[in-house]
Amino acid sequence: MLVNQFLVLGAVLFSIGVYGVLARRNGVLVLMSIELILNAVNINLVALGALQGASGAVTGQVFALFVITIAAAEVGVGLAIVLLIYRNRASVDLDEVDLMKG
Amino acid sequence: MESLDDSALSLAVFVPLVVAAAMLLVPRENETAHKLMALGATLATFAVGMLILARFDYGASDQLQFRVDAPWIDVINSRYLLGVDGISLPLLVLSMFVCVLVVVYSWNHFPEPHNPKAFLILILVLETGMNGTFVAQDLILFFVFFEVVLLPMYFMIGVWGGEQRQYAAIKFFLFTLFGSALMILSFLALYFSGGQTFSIQELVAVAADNIPRSTQLIIFGGLFMGFAIKVPMFPFHTWLPDAHTQAPTQGSVILAAILLKLGTYGFIRIAIPILPEAAMAWAPVIGGLAVVGIIYGALGCLAQSDMKRLIAFSSVAHMGFVMLGIATLTDFGINAAVFGMVAHGLITGMLFFVAGSVKDRFHTLELSRLGGLLLQAPRMGWILGFCAMASLGLPGLAGFWGEFPAILAAYSPAEGLSEALFRTYMVIAALGTVLAAGYLLWMLQRAAFGTPKPEFAEAPIADMHWPEYVAWVPMLVLILVLGIFPGLLFGLTDGAVGNALSSFGAGG
Amino acid sequence: MLENAWVIPTLTFVSFWLILFFGKRLPGHGAEIGIGALGLAFVLSCVAVVQWVDRPATEVVPHGTSEEVHGEEEEEHGAAGGQRGEDRQVVATAVETGGHGEETPIRSAVERNVTWFTIGDVEVTAGTAVDGLTVVMLFTVTLISLLVHVFSTNYMHGDVRFTYFFAALSLFTTGMLLLVVSSSTLQALFGWELMGLCSFMLIGHWWEKAENSNAAMKAFLTTRTGDVGLLVGIVTLFFAAGQTFDIALINERALTGAIGHTALVVGAVGLFIGVIGKSAQFPLHTWLPDAMAGPTPVSALIHAATMVVAGVYLVARLYGVFWEAFDIGAGGVNPIAVVGGITVLIAAALAFVQDDIKKVLAYSTVSQLGYMVMALGVGAWTAGIFHLFTHAFFKGLLFLGAGSVSHAVHSFDMKADMGGLRKYMPTTFVTFLIGSVALAGLFPLAGFWSKDEILVGAAENGYPVFELVGIVGAFLTAAYMTRCVYLTFFGEYRGHAHPHESPRPITIPLMVLAVFSVGAGLLNAPGVEKFFEITENRVFLLAGVEHHSFEVFPAVVSTVVVLAAIAFAYLLFFERRLPRGLTRRNALARSGYTLLTNKYYLDHLYTGVIVGSVKGAIARAAYWFNQKVIDGVVNAVGIAARRSGDWTYRHIDQAVVDGAVNGAGFGAEGFGGILRTIQTGRVQQYAALLFGAATVLALGLIIFV
Repeated sequence: MLVNQFLVLGAVLFSIGVYGVLARRNGVLVLMSIELILNAVNINLVALGALQGASGAVTGQVFALFVITIAAAEVGVGLAIVLLIYRNRASVDLDEVDLMKG
Repeated sequence: MESLDDSALSLAVFVPLVVAAAMLLVPRENETAHKLMALGATLATFAVGMLILARFDYGASDQLQFRVDAPWIDVINSRYLLGVDGISLPLLVLSMFVCVLVVVYSWNHFPEPHNPKAFLILILVLETGMNGTFVAQDLILFFVFFEVVLLPMYFMIGVWGGEQRQYAAIKFFLFTLFGSALMILSFLALYFSGGQTFSIQELVAVAADNIPRSTQLIIFGGLFMGFAIKVPMFPFHTWLPDAHTQAPTQGSVILAAILLKLGTYGFIRIAIPILPEAAMAWAPVIGGLAVVGIIYGALGCLAQSDMKRLIAFSSVAHMGFVMLGIATLTDFGINAAVFGMVAHGLITGMLFFVAGSVKDRFHTLELSRLGGLLLQAPRMGWILGFCAMASLGLPGLAGFWGEFPAILAAYSPAEGLSEALFRTYMVIAALGTVLAAGYLLWMLQRAAFGTPKPEFAEAPIADMHWPEYVAWVPMLVLILVLGIFPGLLFGLTDGAVGNALSSFGAGG
Repeated sequence: MLENAWVIPTLTFVSFWLILFFGKRLPGHGAEIGIGALGLAFVLSCVAVVQWVDRPATEVVPHGTSEEVHGEEEEEHGAAGGQRGEDRQVVATAVETGGHGEETPIRSAVERNVTWFTIGDVEVTAGTAVDGLTVVMLFTVTLISLLVHVFSTNYMHGDVRFTYFFAALSLFTTGMLLLVVSSSTLQALFGWELMGLCSFMLIGHWWEKAENSNAAMKAFLTTRTGDVGLLVGIVTLFFAAGQTFDIALINERALTGAIGHTALVVGAVGLFIGVIGKSAQFPLHTWLPDAMAGPTPVSALIHAATMVVAGVYLVARLYGVFWEAFDIGAGGVNPIAVVGGITVLIAAALAFVQDDIKKVLAYSTVSQLGYMVMALGVGAWTAGIFHLFTHAFFKGLLFLGAGSVSHAVHSFDMKADMGGLRKYMPTTFVTFLIGSVALAGLFPLAGFWSKDEILVGAAENGYPVFELVGIVGAFLTAAYMTRCVYLTFFGEYRGHAHPHESPRPITIPLMVLAVFSVGAGLLNAPGVEKFFEITENRVFLLAGVEHHSFEVFPAVVSTVVVLAAIAFAYLLFFERRLPRGLTRRNALARSGYTLLTNKYYLDHLYTGVIVGSVKGAIARAAYWFNQKVIDGVVNAVGIAARRSGDWTYRHIDQAVVDGAVNGAGFGAEGFGGILRTIQTGRVQQYAALLFGAATVLALGLIIFV
């Protein structure tokens, strides 16, 4: 089985995600970009797992499931924060949210 | 009496702490109660000290007496190990003695922002730390007490100090802490390379054989930094003038009388007996820094215009004599060092007392504004003169016995040390005595002689109050008595010093 | 009393404390305690003298050996030198076998020691050692001090610190007595420094004025500078003599060659530097004239019996050390004699240009101390201490006399406020005159005998140069004292007070001292030689110091010189006034006198002008040198020390050392500041950093692994 196409797909998705995280100012879109990164990782996990044979395939898929679960939770918390920021500042522009400036 | 002997040292250390804890429960408005409790605690401790003096076996002053040995931290084999011998006894008693006098002096001399409760509690905690340091025979215990002293002093300077108290307090704290860090590293190194024990006595027996020379040198270096900063030796002394100048009178007195001795005591108790070879290698350096300190401190004094700062600088010079005595590694030198510690404690303590009282009355210590103290407060003026004379090492007063035997010892240091080098040190140190006379008399002339400056000519200056009499007279008497009968102290320290030097063969 | 000599200093010490604590409440304000204690001490000292004279001469000491023998011994003992725990008996026998001279029995010194303290295996003792020198000093010191006490009751009457003054006098006397009786160098140092302290207290007695406290500081610091040498000397001798402070042992070991020559020279030079400071020898003599700022009785005490003679006493006491170290027996020159000789001349020259009567006397003391030191330097031991003995009386007399005068005229300025006082104060005049003549050294007063002995000693021991110095010194002394007496007591009264004779407490001490000034010298007159017999001691004999009796030739020479000096001064001061006095009354007498004496007078004026101006210029130059150069150097050193202290403090202490400390703090803070800039709070920058770092790490992984 050729694994290249999966890895290429994962890399492309990852790069799009990174671009999104770094370049977008909208908090919601940044969260979505993080989802893209995580999904790129999932694809890699499943693909590389399948390369290991039956037991490896299961391991990879279980890992992927965990990632999906945690990603869901993370998005939940993340969206809640974004929502609160929106309520307080009527904006989701991340450049304005530098509360942790030292 | 048996049980009392066993618990005497623990009492001496912890009575002040317990009373301090009790004082926390008394509301701060009740000042008299606080004063009485503090006085009671220090007096009780002093009584224990007298008891120890009375029951001490002077024939065996080289042995640890009143020993307490109980398990403490088993994991690292650190034990609750207390004991006194001829070297620690005088310093322990001095510490108790000075604490009583400081509390008495405080009776109506509380510096701003007043608050006797906190102030007295700090003094009591300080006493616990100081007494503990002098009796601890376990390195970790020693370290703990050594550090316990830091915080109360930090607060004392930082809260009750002068205008630049923050700066001075932090400087004091950082300096000392830096030294402590290196010191604890050295303690750990001793533990791991010297046979898994923190007991000073055991380390004295085994460390020299177990630790290779190169390692000894490094460990001694760490100890040196820790102790030298506390002494303080040139060039680690710059915290001292600031701390002294800013500290309240009581703080200055305790600092000068006891705290500085923790460093020199550490040298005699820990560094030299445990690591004799390294001590031998380091001695020329220590001696060199000591004489630089003597001259340098004196020059520093000559440049001062503030009385308290001048006295502080003179400490650098005097501790130089003590360190010179230690560096010779002879019985004369180290006896002189112990004597010098006690004498400096009494004399410089007194000088700070007087300076404090002068400041109370004139609200300044600028020598250019003072003058004619002898006219306005003659008794205080004469006491200042007496202390100045004692401080410059006049024979017949205690200061002489700290200086002269140290100079004497430098003529013929321990075998293995360069005679030519130490004789040079001797001559420089002797020259230092002239400079000492110079700056002290200069100070005396400016402060006490002449007539009062116009701004104070009409000011109502009171002579001594009763707390000053009670606090000062015992010190003055001791300065005189020790000056005429030095055997009182030499007889006590000599055996223990011989013991500490046993690794040097004849020892001088 | 000989065994219990410690009682004498103890008495005065107790008196000090009693006066200090109870003096003010007593009717006599403490003076009675001081006089009582001193009176008792004087009586005890007399007892000691009598006991000493009665003491049978039992100890047999071999007479001094020649130089060659010393040389050999030195090599023999060189190896064993400095051995610890050597018994004195051993040394003594070594001497007896080593020396081969005739044997004379002498009185042995009475020693009594107790352990003071012990360090290691060195036992330091304190105690008394009493011999002839000691009893003589005890007698002199207590007598002079007693008289000064009596004198002061009236002189200091009404002073603000009367009680305190007497306490300090007691302590001062204690210091000297302690030095005199002490058996060890360490203990001697106690007395020595105690006197330094008391001189500080007493010279600065009227400390309200800055110049007085300056003078006190100068005295203390100058002597203290000399004490550096003393400390080094004591320490060196302690080790060289085998870890002992015992004076007798040190002397013995020095003389038997048990001490290596280098150590001995270092020790002797060190001690001598201390002596130069204390005994006001050139070049550290400058403090003594300034010390006149103190009350006059103090000056009398300092100059006559205590303080300044302490140095001379120390040399005499540790003579074995000096004898061996400087090879005094060999003749020629040595540092002690040279310093003494220079001091004799420069101080005497300076005494000419003083207008202050106390300063004349002060320079005179310096000059006379030079005599004593020179005498010890040329090996005339007996002569040196004999001069100390006689000088104590007449110099005490002169100072108290000056005090009496100033009591009457309230000034010390001879030119402005004195003159013609012989009419107003006859007792003072007569006693002062006796003191002056004794000081000038005219037969048969005290100074004559002791000065003559010094001259004989210098000549016989191979120091002809110093004999000449002594004779020149005698000339100068006689001349300046004539001037002083003239300005004070002759001519017309120039002041504005109402001079009157002083009351009894002042005149009685003057009379007592006058008696001694007349008679003391006879103790060692030819045929009597009692003084020599009393003071002869072990060291003296061991070293082989030669004693020379009175000789006629130098006596005649010095008498002639002194008379010439008096005549010279007479012509210079008395005669110059005489014509003016006459001319005021009689014009004929004026022209006649001028005519008659013109040639004679011109001749004298010629030499007078030339010699006088040269002498005056030299003297002035010396004084200038004294004030500007030596004093200037002293001051400059002080200023330089302050400046360098200031500079070090400012530039090194505050800038470098402290700067490094502060720098460390600022360093930590600065680094934190840099890190702070990254902390923008923007999530995306953090993410960028994160991804950037991950990329760099990944690249690193690919490239390096």
